[in-house]
This record gives sequence, C-alpha cells and structure tokens, in this order.
Amino acid sequence: MNAHAPVNYLTTDYRLSSWFTTTDHKRIAILYFATITLFFFIGGMAATIIRLELATPAGDLVTSDVYNRLFTIHGIVMVWLFLVPSIPTTLGNFLVPLMIGARDLAFPKLNLLSWYLFVAGGACVLYALFVGGLDTGWTFYTPFSSTYSKGNVFVAVLGIFIAGLSSILTGLNFIVTIHRLRAPGLTWFRLPLFIWAIYATAIILVLATPVLAMTLLLMTLEREFGVPIFDPARGGDPLLFQHLFWFYSHPAVYIMILPGMGVVSELIPCFSRKPIFGYKFVAWSAISIAIVGFLVWGHHMFVSGQSVFAGVVFSLMSYLVAVPSAIKVFNWTATLHGGWIKLDSPMLYALGFIGLFTIGGLSGLFLACLAYDVYVTDTYFVVAHFHYIMVGATVTAYFGGLHFWWPKITGRLYPEYWARAAAIVIFFGFNLTFFPQFILGVLGMPRRYHVYPAEFQVWNVLSSGGAFVLAIGYLMPLIYLSWSIFWGKRASANPWAATGLEWQTLSPPPKYNFAVTPTVVREPYCYTPEALPQNG
Amino acid sequence: MVEMHPEMQFSDLGQQQEIARLGIWVFLATEILFFGGPLLLYTVYRGAYAQGFAAAARHTDILIGTANTFILLTSSFLVAWATEAIKKDDGRLTALLFGAAVFLGLVFLGLKGMEYSNEYHEQLIPGFGFAFAEAERNAALLFFTFYFITTILHAIHLMIGIVLLIVIARHAAKGRYGAGYNAPVFVSALYWHFIDLVWIVLFALIYLPGRSGP
Repeated sequence: MNAHAPVNYLTTDYRLSSWFTTTDHKRIAILYFATITLFFFIGGMAATIIRLELATPAGDLVTSDVYNRLFTIHGIVMVWLFLVPSIPTTLGNFLVPLMIGARDLAFPKLNLLSWYLFVAGGACVLYALFVGGLDTGWTFYTPFSSTYSKGNVFVAVLGIFIAGLSSILTGLNFIVTIHRLRAPGLTWFRLPLFIWAIYATAIILVLATPVLAMTLLLMTLEREFGVPIFDPARGGDPLLFQHLFWFYSHPAVYIMILPGMGVVSELIPCFSRKPIFGYKFVAWSAISIAIVGFLVWGHHMFVSGQSVFAGVVFSLMSYLVAVPSAIKVFNWTATLHGGWIKLDSPMLYALGFIGLFTIGGLSGLFLACLAYDVYVTDTYFVVAHFHYIMVGATVTAYFGGLHFWWPKITGRLYPEYWARAAAIVIFFGFNLTFFPQFILGVLGMPRRYHVYPAEFQVWNVLSSGGAFVLAIGYLMPLIYLSWSIFWGKRASANPWAATGLEWQTLSPPPKYNFAVTPTVVREPYCYTPEALPQNG
Repeated sequence: MVEMHPEMQFSDLGQQQEIARLGIWVFLATEILFFGGPLLLYTVYRGAYAQGFAAAARHTDILIGTANTFILLTSSFLVAWATEAIKKDDGRLTALLFGAAVFLGLVFLGLKGMEYSNEYHEQLIPGFGFAFAEAERNAALLFFTFYFITTILHAIHLMIGIVLLIVIARHAAKGRYGAGYNAPVFVSALYWHFIDLVWIVLFALIYLPGRSGP
C-alpha cells in the first residue's frame, strides 16, 4: 500500500470483523460481489453439466433424476441468488449514494441485515439443492411441487422466502434513499439514468416479491400439512398458483433487465462523448416498463387453460412492453449517431448488450403472439429467448458496469487488452450457445429433457461448444480483475473523464463518500468531444 | 427530553424523521401485497363455492370475532392518541397509552387462542382431524384453510407489533421522544393501525358470510 494514499473505505479498517459489521454501503456492495460471484459459478457449473449431457442424444452422462435436479439448481440459483440481486445489490449498493451525493443509504443497518438475510436464504437453498435435492424446476408448479415431488421443497422455499425478504428491504432502502437523500440541486430530471432504472427496479422488488413469498408459503403449507389450497382433487385450482407465481416472476424479469438498461444508459453517452438522446423518454420508459410489466404475467400461461379472452388481453399487453423497450434501444442508437465513439471494454459490453437485447426482445414479440407461442411453448425457443434477455443482456450489462466502475470501486485499472478480449469472447460464445437453441425450438425440441432425437444433435453440439467458449469468457474477467486488485495501475479519480457525482470523489472513495456535500447545477451527461479520456 | 443526534447519513433530525415515515409507508405497501395473495384465493374460491363458504362461515365464533374487532379498534384509538400526546412532549402518557394498547393486543391473542381451541374440539382445523358435512366438505376445508393461514399470519404480525410498542413505550417513558423528534412513535403506530386494518378486512370475510338472508 502506498503510504501517501489517502484513507479510503477499504483501508479504514483491516480487521475481518470490520467487514462483517460494516454499515458502509460500499463495503456491503463488496460483500454482495463476493457472495453472488460464488452463486454465479455454482449455477454455471450446473449449466456446464447440462450442456455436456446434451452434447449427445442419449442420456449417457447423468440419469433423468439427476438431470431434473441440475436444471432446478441452475434455475433457482441463477434467478434468485444471482440475477435478481446482481446489479442492484452490487453496483446499485455502491453507486446509488455516490451518484446522488449522499453519505450512505437511508437505512445502513437495514442494508447490512439484507446481506445477512441473503446469505441465510442462499445457504438454505444450497442445503436443499445438495442435501435431498430438488426436481421441481425453478417454477415450483403445483400439484407436482406440493404433492408428488420427493425433493427437499420446504427448505428451498424457506431459503427463497428469506432471500425475498432481503430483496424487499433492499428495494425499500433504495426507494427512500432516492426520494430523500439527493444532493442539493439534484432534481429528478438531473438524476443519472442508472438511478431511474434502480428506482423502477426497487418499486417492482417491493410490490412483487411479497406475492412470491406468500405463494411459495401457501404451496409449502399444502405440502407439509396436507391442506388443500391449489389441489384440484379437493376443489382447489392449480392455475391460481401459476397466476400468483407469474404475478411475481414476470415482473422479476424486469427486476433483472432494468438495472442492466440503467448501466448501459451510463456507458453509451460516456463512450460516445455525447449527452444521451431523449433523456426523459429513457427515464420514463423505465417506469413504464415497471408498470406494464405487472400486467402481462398471463403470457406464461397461454396453454395453461386460462380463458381465450384472458390470453388475448395478455398477448396485447405483452406487445405493449415492446414500446418502452424499443424507445430505449432507439435512444441509445441515436446517442451513438455522430458521437466520438471510443471502443473501450465497457463500451464493447454496452454494444454487445444492445445487440443481444434486441435479439432477445424481438424473439419476445414472437412469444407475445398468442398463436405462435402455442406452437413453441416449452421448447428451446423459449429457453433461447429468456437467456438472450437474462444472460445476454443482463449479465453483459453487469460486466460492462463492473469494468466501467472497477477503477472507482477498487482504485485500480485492469489490463484493457484482456478486458476487450473477454468482451468479444463472451459475445461470440453467447451467440454460439444460444442462437442454435432458437432453431432447436422451432424444430420442436422441448426443454427439460436430456434425451432427444438424433437429428437435433448438430445444433446441440454447436450450443455445447458455444457454452465452452462462454465459460472461458466468464472466467477471464475473474482472473484479470482479481489480478488488477493487487498489481493493477492505480486509477485516478475519473479515468473515463465521465460526468456524474461518483467520479468527483476519490478512487476508491473515502468512507463518507464526499468531503463536502456536492451541489448539482447541471443536467446529466454533459459530455463534449473535447474532453476525451486520458487513460490507455 | 434527552438530546438526539441525527444518524450520520442525515443532515438533521427533521430529515431522519421524514425518512422513517416514508420507509414505513413503503413497508406497508409490501405488506398489503403480501396479504393480497390469500385474499385473491378467497375471492376466487368464494365465488366458486358460495354456499359452502357461507355454511363454513356460520361455524365461526362471531361473538369472539366481534369482541376482538372491538378490542383491536380500541387499541388503535389509544395508539392514535399516543401520537398526539408525544407531539405535546408527554412521553409518560405516550408510554401509558402504548402499554394499554399492548394489553388489549394480549387480550386479543388470548381470545383468539380460546377460539382456536374451540375450533380444535369442533374438528374445524384442516389437517388435524377436520370433519364437516360431506356436501360442503371441500369448500369448508378451503374456507378454514384460508381462515387459519390469514389469522395466524395476522397474529404473528400482532405479536411483532406488541414487542415494537413495548420497546418504543420504554424509550418514550425515558423521554427520548418529544414534539421535535417522534418518528419511532409515529412509525410503530402506523404499523399497529395496519394490523388493525387487516383484521377489519378479515373480520368481514371470515365472520360475516352466511349470517343474513336465507
């Protein structure tokens, strides 16, 4: 450590106990980074075995039961323990107070409690997945989950319930913080778009997550006490489970994608050296996605037996989501137009995001179409679609944001060459993995089967090969980012010459973020071509 | 009054107070959605099995139910009074009113326990030897499942509320709050009112169907 470096949030206290009792939002973000990275690799390992198994048409690597457990592990861990918390709890926790010029979140202790709850929930889920196992899929459909599954449903549900509580408290913290702790002069329409995205996400977290908690509680009560709630044999209606489940789980998709959109809205103007095109449209489109997202859950149930009228209404509402999504894509593209584009690694991730999100979004229109959805329901077309959104878009944005704010978080620069290489490997690996799955889906390969007809093999081999490339792409940042913490060049306060309050303080920031509470006098994204970034 | 300092992330106590108030409102929004799930199920199943639900509801104890409603409403009144008392710097009265509300909350739980015990003897608890006239058995089973899940969840909330009021009452008695800073009193009072409101809805859904008309 440099003796002349000013004391920052990382160096105020070196004891391990100071990390586990910290209420500093920046340190809590680091705790989350470590935790979700672990979950990302657990979920990733399950996916690796799945792709290995699917390389051949015969079920030769794992048995059917193990395969069921594998896709359940993959789904539950990736959705609830990685994607939902990913950007909000790490970048969100770190950046929200910095971006709005606050000293911390509104409820710092609650923030720490959220992390402990998340760890406790995650531990329960892992226990259930590895001891006793779980074969319900991440969707827990009744009556299979409540009556027939032999798996460790109760503990898994308990874990998700606790992790859900953590999500709710995080959302609550963000909403209150953004409302009440903005720096003087930082009006709503001067907020960075990342804050708008996190705000919209927080609203969904607070309003949707309790419904999931209750739904899973009811399901597990039915299972443990034999009471009829969704049991058709005793007058219950299993469709109600699906309605309640998707009332959360569809908005949950927007919990995953909105923060990614927020990150990209920061990256594009910075590396185009231009103000974002149509700021207010991008901001309001985040809010409208959050609102409309609550009204489309039925498109997961087109073949469930809900009424045709409900199907038509949900289909129309689902098309509506495309409008704010397209507004965002067009506005990012318009920001690029005529900009001084610099292809640094965060920008490569951002451009990758736009491409992958566009493919994911357009294939979503196929699925919103009632007639076409009936044809591809439960096929790999659906699998490919939601991976384009949740992995292609969200994880790419997460990596983009991680690279962009890495100098701020750690005070170090990473090797740019390797970062660009990783961005490109991830982009190609991802497309090679998932594009063949669109074709498989149209050809009729159903999801969740590990034995398939031989004519599907060529596409499956392409997909498994792509997964190998993708795995390398995801391991690369783990290596060079870890390397940079110890040996990377020291970062200046603002290595990208970016606007935004977080760049006005030191890298890494001091414990209370700002020596003096900043006053905001300008719109966000006042980029000009003249002030090009100085680093290499 | 003991001098209070704002926590480090706030500029002053006024801001801290405002933030606590916004926080509890957001939390209550979450809570409403939490109870929304069973209410949806109730609505759907009551629509599907109107007669069965009416028959089952007639087996609930409307006397205890009504008494409990009265008790909880009274406690809410006391809590509302307490939020006015603290604005006049009267920490002792605030503590006293909260204490009385806690007492009423305990009475509510005692009566609820008696009711559960009676229902156990009448074989109305699903999963514990449930017995009901065969024609309406399925509907009654759904009704009582809803009844037990929601009232137990309500009771858990009430217990949390009781602990909360005791803690805040002790602080209030020591003079920690006053006209200047009273967010904890306001916040816990709001939570208490929410518990009361949930009960009012449950009362109408559980005890009243099938009581009038043919």
